Amino acid sequence: MNFWTNPVNFVAQWLLGLLTGWGMPGWLASLLIQFIGVVVLVSMMMLIDIFLVWIERKVVARFQDRLGPNRVGPFGMIQPFADIIKLLIKEDITPDGADKLIYNLAPVLSLMSVLLLWAIVPLAPVIFGVDLNVGVLYIIAAGAIGTLSIILAAWASNNKFALVGAFRQVAVLVSFEVPMLATMLIPTVLAGSMGMNEIVQSQNVWYIVLAPLAGLIFMVAAIAELGRAPFDLNEAESEIVAGYHIEYTGMKFGLFYAGELLHAFTFGGFWAVLFLGGYRFFGLENLGPIVAAVILMAKALFGYWLIMWVRYTVMRIRIDHMLAFNWKFLTPLAFVLLMLTALMNALLRGTSSGVYILGMLLTNVILGWVIIEILRGLSRRERERIEGVATVKNFPSPHPLSQGERGKG
Amino acid sequence: MTFTQIIFLVTAAVILGSALMVVSTRNLVHAALWLIVTLFGVAVLYAILNASFLAVVQVVVYIGAIAILFIFAIMLTRREMRDRGPQLNRGWWLNIIIAGLTFGGLFWMLQGWSGFSKAAADFPSGYDAVGQLGKALVSPTGFVLPFEVASVLLLAALVGAVYVAFARK
Amino acid sequence: MQNDWLYIGLFLVVGALVPAMALMTSWIVAPKKPNPIKQSTYECGMETVGENWVQFKAQYYIFALVFLVFDVETVFLFPWAVSLGQLSLFAVVEGIVFILILIAGLIYAWRKGMLEWV
Repeated sequence: MNFWTNPVNFVAQWLLGLLTGWGMPGWLASLLIQFIGVVVLVSMMMLIDIFLVWIERKVVARFQDRLGPNRVGPFGMIQPFADIIKLLIKEDITPDGADKLIYNLAPVLSLMSVLLLWAIVPLAPVIFGVDLNVGVLYIIAAGAIGTLSIILAAWASNNKFALVGAFRQVAVLVSFEVPMLATMLIPTVLAGSMGMNEIVQSQNVWYIVLAPLAGLIFMVAAIAELGRAPFDLNEAESEIVAGYHIEYTGMKFGLFYAGELLHAFTFGGFWAVLFLGGYRFFGLENLGPIVAAVILMAKALFGYWLIMWVRYTVMRIRIDHMLAFNWKFLTPLAFVLLMLTALMNALLRGTSSGVYILGMLLTNVILGWVIIEILRGLSRRERERIEGVATVKNFPSPHPLSQGERGKG
Repeated sequence: MTFTQIIFLVTAAVILGSALMVVSTRNLVHAALWLIVTLFGVAVLYAILNASFLAVVQVVVYIGAIAILFIFAIMLTRREMRDRGPQLNRGWWLNIIIAGLTFGGLFWMLQGWSGFSKAAADFPSGYDAVGQLGKALVSPTGFVLPFEVASVLLLAALVGAVYVAFARK
Repeated sequence: MQNDWLYIGLFLVVGALVPAMALMTSWIVAPKKPNPIKQSTYECGMETVGENWVQFKAQYYIFALVFLVFDVETVFLFPWAVSLGQLSLFAVVEGIVFILILIAGLIYAWRKGMLEWV
């Protein structure tokens, strides 16, 4: 074993030898090493988080035809550090009537729930925090703590806008969790495991090829879970100013912001792990764990970039449309896809890999086509109904800005 | 005392303490939050017992769904957050006696059981606990009937929710 | 396995400590000059009217109820999905029946207008 083939274990073994050599009992030494490992991983994620601020600002600037931060350091890369200093020395205002303890706990929980996710992300075959056999559900469990932090923040800050934002956010979170769970079941079915590492290992063919629809639904549900545009009702600036973190200032707001960015990046990472083959890239990962980790990070950044692309391109959807979209479209579609995948997986199991891949892909393509045809038929009927009403009776539609006008446009 | 035992004792103390806070705090939202601490403690107990799946499900279902439902319910129904009524009902001393007797009886019964003093066994490496659970759930000799009945039960719950929602209007 | 959860526990502690440390730093460094105006609840500069306890739509609760049912359902499906590779077609059909029963529930709720945001 050397540093190149297994860096984490190499360093751990060296530390263990060092610590036991100093006369430390074995269990304490290994506990300490685990602790150091956690601290290193968490600090690395925080460092990436700081860097994400710069990436987000730079990318949004490009989407909006601006330059973005470009004064502090090369390409403005030192800007996020300047931001942190500013956040640290801002006065910390606690509003009247706030529940002090919960008010301070909420931002910590918010960032913690995101950091917790990195415990199970396999950065490389041998670099991962822990390979839980229930990894997929663990993602949802950590998300539950995030949901809780939103409610706590809103309730504790004693503000109407915050409560409205939190209620919207939680309604969206719980709704979109259903299609997300259903699409997470699809990689589980294909890999026969919930462990993140095993899901990656079994992706000789990326699951985005075997189940493209699932990848798409997962991405949409992830964007909704993140509360990003077009699903950013929780902080709809024009209606409720900032949503659940309206009363937070300084570093506490900073923690929410950091949590949001890291959450988006993390879901890019999970999208890569579940559908884009994780750290695998056509055999390149065999060069070494560090290369594999870089591959995963690059894929996570790609996922993050997709999320940003959607965010800065599509406009906000109304809450009734959003919930209808979820419960009447995504959820049934995800479950139908799950049933078809399980069935096709069982039927095609014995066949050659070419037939298997083609069968899976065709299932997805045909289902997608059928769905589009159904939607087209429904919208045609709706259009005809509206046009019929408008022309035959020569009657203006009851609400000029509702369906009638939009149906024509 | 082993490391696991220390963690167990701390967790048990947290569970009992927070459960007591659930019933004694006068602020309803605080009560719900203490309940979440209790539920999380139970998840930790599952983790100590090597029941990874149950531990995660405990967090997903109880904290992620049921606690959220509770908080929604509190925020929807009660304008008054603080409960000003008396915290004890009339038969409280009777309840204490019954609870004490039940605890004593259980303790007495479990004392003689060999599993009571045994640590949770670790799975052999490569043992797929979740896969075994899945097989048991759908095998005709296992729990296939309860599995399908669970689905019907959930359907009944959904129909009940629809009914309640429309009885309100 | 217990070691796995010990690691998660450590992660929980460190994951809470790092943000808490950031808050502590800010608490030490930041100025503290509170006054009643500054601390008043933010409502776009208007005077706050009434309690913050606004009545919410019951629809939020109903969606949470529907979600709860589907959450429990998918939790049941995960062990099934894991063991699917080693199971016969019959077991696959059992899982599909399980899903179909719940989709029936979804359609019922849909037809009853429970999924409408009124």
